[in-house]
Amino acid sequence: MNFPAELKYAPSHEWVRTEADGTLTVGISDAAQDMLGDLVFCGDFKVGESLSKGDTAGVVESVKAASDVYMPVDGEITSFNPDLDVAPEKINSDPYGAWIFKVKPTGSVDGLMNAAAYEEVVNAG
Amino acid sequence: MTPTDLQRTPLFDTHAASGAKLVDFGGWEMPLHYGSQLNEHHAVRKDAGMFDVSHMCAVDISGSVPKSYLRRLIANNVEKLNVPGKALYSGMLNSAGGVIDDLIVYWRGGDNYRVVVNASTSVKDLAHMNRIAETYEADLSPRRDLAMIAVQGPNAREKVFAVRPEWRAAGEPLGVFFAAEIGDVFLARTGYTGEDGFEITLPSVDSAKLWADLKAAGVAECGLGARDTLRLEAGMNLYGNEMDETVSPLDAGMGWTVDLKTDREFIGRPSLEAKGQSVAFVGLKLLDRGVMRSHMKVVTAQGDGETTSGTFSPTLGFSIALARVPMAVAIGDKVQVDIRGKLVDALVTKPSFVRNGKALV
Repeated sequence: MNFPAELKYAPSHEWVRTEADGTLTVGISDAAQDMLGDLVFCGDFKVGESLSKGDTAGVVESVKAASDVYMPVDGEITSFNPDLDVAPEKINSDPYGAWIFKVKPTGSVDGLMNAAAYEEVVNAG
Repeated sequence: MTPTDLQRTPLFDTHAASGAKLVDFGGWEMPLHYGSQLNEHHAVRKDAGMFDVSHMCAVDISGSVPKSYLRRLIANNVEKLNVPGKALYSGMLNSAGGVIDDLIVYWRGGDNYRVVVNASTSVKDLAHMNRIAETYEADLSPRRDLAMIAVQGPNAREKVFAVRPEWRAAGEPLGVFFAAEIGDVFLARTGYTGEDGFEITLPSVDSAKLWADLKAAGVAECGLGARDTLRLEAGMNLYGNEMDETVSPLDAGMGWTVDLKTDREFIGRPSLEAKGQSVAFVGLKLLDRGVMRSHMKVVTAQGDGETTSGTFSPTLGFSIALARVPMAVAIGDKVQVDIRGKLVDALVTKPSFVRNGKALV
């Protein structure tokens, strides 16, 4: 299981990268894709909407289950990764390369976990 | 339930060594997948895959009049077993006409039969079967000393013969839904995937070697995840989803297994005849993106229905489901499925989607 140190993590298994311009790139973690299994759908992301931290941002579905993806901070969803429309399985093969959506944040990322803290959450089951 | 309370099949160590993701399935610790459920699914459709189904329970039935017992016990007519080795799929019903379990019964010749029942229902099945057996002098013997491996796919039978050439003579001429006994091995041309193949019942002590030999011959290890998507594409029922003790077989697409032509008084018959069929059992093909699951509302012009199983079909590339809908709904009708609050269009189809690698919808 891979937990890149340069990323921040939400307890609901999203990873967050802060870009140079202050926007956020969000995906789901290696642990999350492993729990879900083969992904077959990723979508329904509310591009253009301002949401609060913890709101449902969209959904990922594997062969066996559907799972909501949550906003890691307050902000507006500015885009959705179009590659995932046709190839949601990229999240399985490259969870940290296959970003899902981008956010213009109005809240802070300070409440998110670092890699070590998130790894503990995963290992605690 | 803690992991230590879970039952394990004779192949448990083999699965663990192969890196299987193990889950609690009806009280059994079973492989969900060995890495990718999708790859396992495709292996069965295109080549060959194998499943450990040792959690299912074989029950040997003997005695002086086992046929009379089975005539009473199950809804299908055991008289159809007119050739030794032949198999019959049937529901075992309660007096209200609900399904206690679905099973396969094999005639082994003479007064010997073998019934294979589901894992999660085996305790209640045996209680029921033993209660009825008292009146018929039937002897029941559950065979927990046996393991079962299902090898499925277009190349499954050839790969089995490649590793066990001594089975070819008896196995090659076997028709679909027939079994042969080769020493203590029970080789049945049956399955739960919609593909050709065998379900092999053999002494537990021999199972790990057969599994290893098949793996070396290129048969993919497959878990319960792929087993479920394969059976759903094939339109085969899963006990607990499509039917249970509150559902009539006539409402679960099992009408073809209920023999009402003869005057045989099987358990549940009076209730079935009184109630008749109350809903249509159909397939659904989702016309937009998303994935149908079980227990989703189906909105039709004739009223609401409900999905009993749903998944993404790896072979077809869209979501499929089995559903109970009002009787007036017809094949080809357009309906809507409530997927977490969103109504998505779906097409009503026959409850069968893929057979022998070919799309039917």
